[in-house]
Amino acid sequence: MADTPTSNLAAGRNDPSLDTEGLKRAFHDMLLIRRFEERAGQLYGMGLIGGFCHLYIGQEAVVVGVQMALKEGDKIITSYRDHGQMIAAGMDPRGVMAELTGRATGYSRGKGGSMHMFSREKNFYGGHGIVGAQVALGIGLAFANKYRGTDEVSMTYFGEGASNQGQVYESFNLAALHKLPCVFVIENNRYGMGTSVERSSAASQHLWRNGEPWGIPGKQVDGMDVSAVNAATREAVAYCRAGNGPYLLEMSTYRYRGHSMSDPAKYRQRSEVDEIRQKHDPIDHVRSQLLASGVEEAELKAVEDGIKAVVADATEFAKTSPEPDPAELYTDVLVEA
Amino acid sequence: MATDILMPALSPTMTEGKIARWLKKEGDKVSSGDVIAEIETDKATMEVEAVDEGVLGRILVPEGTEGVAVNAPIAVLVADGESVPEAGGAAQSAGPSAAPEKVEAAAESATASKPAAAPVALSAPEPEKDWGETSEITVREALRDAMALEMRRDPDVFLIGEEVGQYQGAYKVSQGLLDEFGEGRVIDMPITEHGFTGMATGAALTGLRPIVEFMTMNFSMQAIDHIINSAAKTLYMSGGQMGCPIVFRAPNGAASRVGAQHSQCYASWYGHVPGLKVVAPWSAADAKGLLRAAIRDPNPVIVLENEMLYGHKFQCPVDEDFILPIGKAKIERPGKDVTLVGFSISVGTAMAAADILAEQGIDAEVINLRSIRPLDIATIVESVKKTSRLVTVEEGWPFAGIGAEIVMQIIEHAFDWLDAPPVRVAGVDVPMPFAANLEKLALPQPDWVVDAVRKLV
Ligand SMILES: Cc1ncc(C[n+]2csc(CCOP(=O)(O)OP(=O)(O)O)c2C)c(N)n1
Ligand SMILES: [Mg+2]
Repeated sequence: MADTPTSNLAAGRNDPSLDTEGLKRAFHDMLLIRRFEERAGQLYGMGLIGGFCHLYIGQEAVVVGVQMALKEGDKIITSYRDHGQMIAAGMDPRGVMAELTGRATGYSRGKGGSMHMFSREKNFYGGHGIVGAQVALGIGLAFANKYRGTDEVSMTYFGEGASNQGQVYESFNLAALHKLPCVFVIENNRYGMGTSVERSSAASQHLWRNGEPWGIPGKQVDGMDVSAVNAATREAVAYCRAGNGPYLLEMSTYRYRGHSMSDPAKYRQRSEVDEIRQKHDPIDHVRSQLLASGVEEAELKAVEDGIKAVVADATEFAKTSPEPDPAELYTDVLVEA
Repeated sequence: MATDILMPALSPTMTEGKIARWLKKEGDKVSSGDVIAEIETDKATMEVEAVDEGVLGRILVPEGTEGVAVNAPIAVLVADGESVPEAGGAAQSAGPSAAPEKVEAAAESATASKPAAAPVALSAPEPEKDWGETSEITVREALRDAMALEMRRDPDVFLIGEEVGQYQGAYKVSQGLLDEFGEGRVIDMPITEHGFTGMATGAALTGLRPIVEFMTMNFSMQAIDHIINSAAKTLYMSGGQMGCPIVFRAPNGAASRVGAQHSQCYASWYGHVPGLKVVAPWSAADAKGLLRAAIRDPNPVIVLENEMLYGHKFQCPVDEDFILPIGKAKIERPGKDVTLVGFSISVGTAMAAADILAEQGIDAEVINLRSIRPLDIATIVESVKKTSRLVTVEEGWPFAGIGAEIVMQIIEHAFDWLDAPPVRVAGVDVPMPFAANLEKLALPQPDWVVDAVRKLV
């Protein structure tokens, strides 16, 4: 094994990898995701968003910490729980919100919806609704990087529930066999719909070791701490860029809201959610780090106000954008040669 | 500024619900994420969380109330210290006013008339281009040459699959390619169809042009999720941003005595899917011309080859640029009394039947479909206008098969020209048996086609 997997959990909380400027950016990006998602939940309640809508609230530190370790050209792919990834990747909240509401101005022109958005420009490859499919596709992005001889990596996100799919293990083998520059990021938010990780995975305590048979180094990371996420991702990405093959990160995180919108929440106690929100909230954590380092409350308030305006603008944009033209029904089925 | 808290829809089907319990009282501070009420929906009892911060100024709908419509104001939220507006909701001030919009949107979609599907062009098909000089080659060589030519032409094209490299192809189709193009472009895969098909599809989403070889189409069922959900649908789901230029090729259908799990025809399966193209070559020229077109096509293309045909020799144009259009059928044999339509190996069956029929004084026209999707219905319509009789021939099962589709389309487009009900000749509706005699009984023979035609004329 190229690297001894170690648990990062104990060391995580005070990892110094992000300086004040980094923490400010993280605070902004995480809060933007949270406010965006809260608004999306509200629009769902108002009937403006239909179907599925999987919110990212609680997990913000993961995508933000990861994104801050990437460089231009690195590729990203994830599941249907994708709003956070898209906003972290720099996609326009207007286009995302408009897609959530099924409007012509959405990233997929209203034909993808919450689960299916893409951006070539931001190297965001979706947005996939089949649990685990993005993992095989993700090693394909890594394969393409290698085929083209670049040092770009593929960040391939999936849930702890998805980690039980067979194609995940096929992908581990292929990525290790061909030394593909792929960082596998398991977002262990403890539940796949209503099934806790303990009820779904025999190795529930150490998913970060799931790549061991193929020699894939792994690490368990406090996914509620953006600095810890960032530090671990930097290490993983450097390992991949150097041509060593894939790397596996297990991000210990938590989903505050239901799986999608209609979730009866009978599989966990409200007190469990409250406990994490109150004691381990990733945004509160960064806020207190910033205040402790001397940043003024007023500065953070200004950031919040800015975010409110951005989210309000995205909402207004989505609500006032037209639905797709009926003729759009038949376009984009095939590329016309 | 006062805002209304509206009755939320907590599931896609909810239109009204019951306020089971208020968890906050008037005057309580709320911050985003706090549970303020419990609502009984059509599915379950669920918690309502606050989105905005403030003070719960007034509860408009008391707990226990049933049949509260989605989007009705249920409470008013005010800023700390602000007074509560008198009676009614705050809708006119700052509250999100989505309810009317939603109704509008719904009304719009209800009245939007269904756009007509692109009409099928039924003009007489153009004559086939003459490519000049030909030479005799096998279907196997034609496929190999097509891949080699395209790989020389475009460095983004690569071949991936089980035994495609060192072994030279399980059926020797990729013979010599590893030597010419090296391991970087002729890539042996472990037995992991689901994984490597996903991988190749991911690579194609970035613009590379993989040729995925399955050892046989039967094994593509391991990977069918990526073929359909990932490769065929992503262009549409991305609003046209992300095409998937990929080829999935493999021997399809029955071989010889390989039993039920190795003998299935996938024409109908893949032909069903919008976002895919599906071709099924019969001759060497079909194989070379269609595979080249498939590799150049910006869409996912399924190439249904046939193991029994790999060793067959046909005349094939020698022109370096020879290529065939996807979506055009070929009239292999003109005739005036009956139209026989086949694809892949069934073209041979139809041709043999036409020979027998000729001896009996029946002049059959044989159409080689070449392409399953898009289907060249115009060519079949033109033929039926001439012959007034139609027999389809395929080795796959009859139920929801290609024959069923062709017959239906002919009924739609040329019903008045028919002098007799169309007939399907298809593989027998059973898993493929192993015994030589039973296998032969399961697959369409020229006699079956002759018998079908004799009933029509
Ligand atoms: C192949 C497949 N099976 C089942 C589903 C239904 N489904 C959607 S999400 C989900 C749970 C996935 O949990 P996890 O991977 O932990 O991701 P999370 O939702 O927690 O982000 C299930 C079972 C699906 N979409 N695809
Ligand atoms: Mg999960």
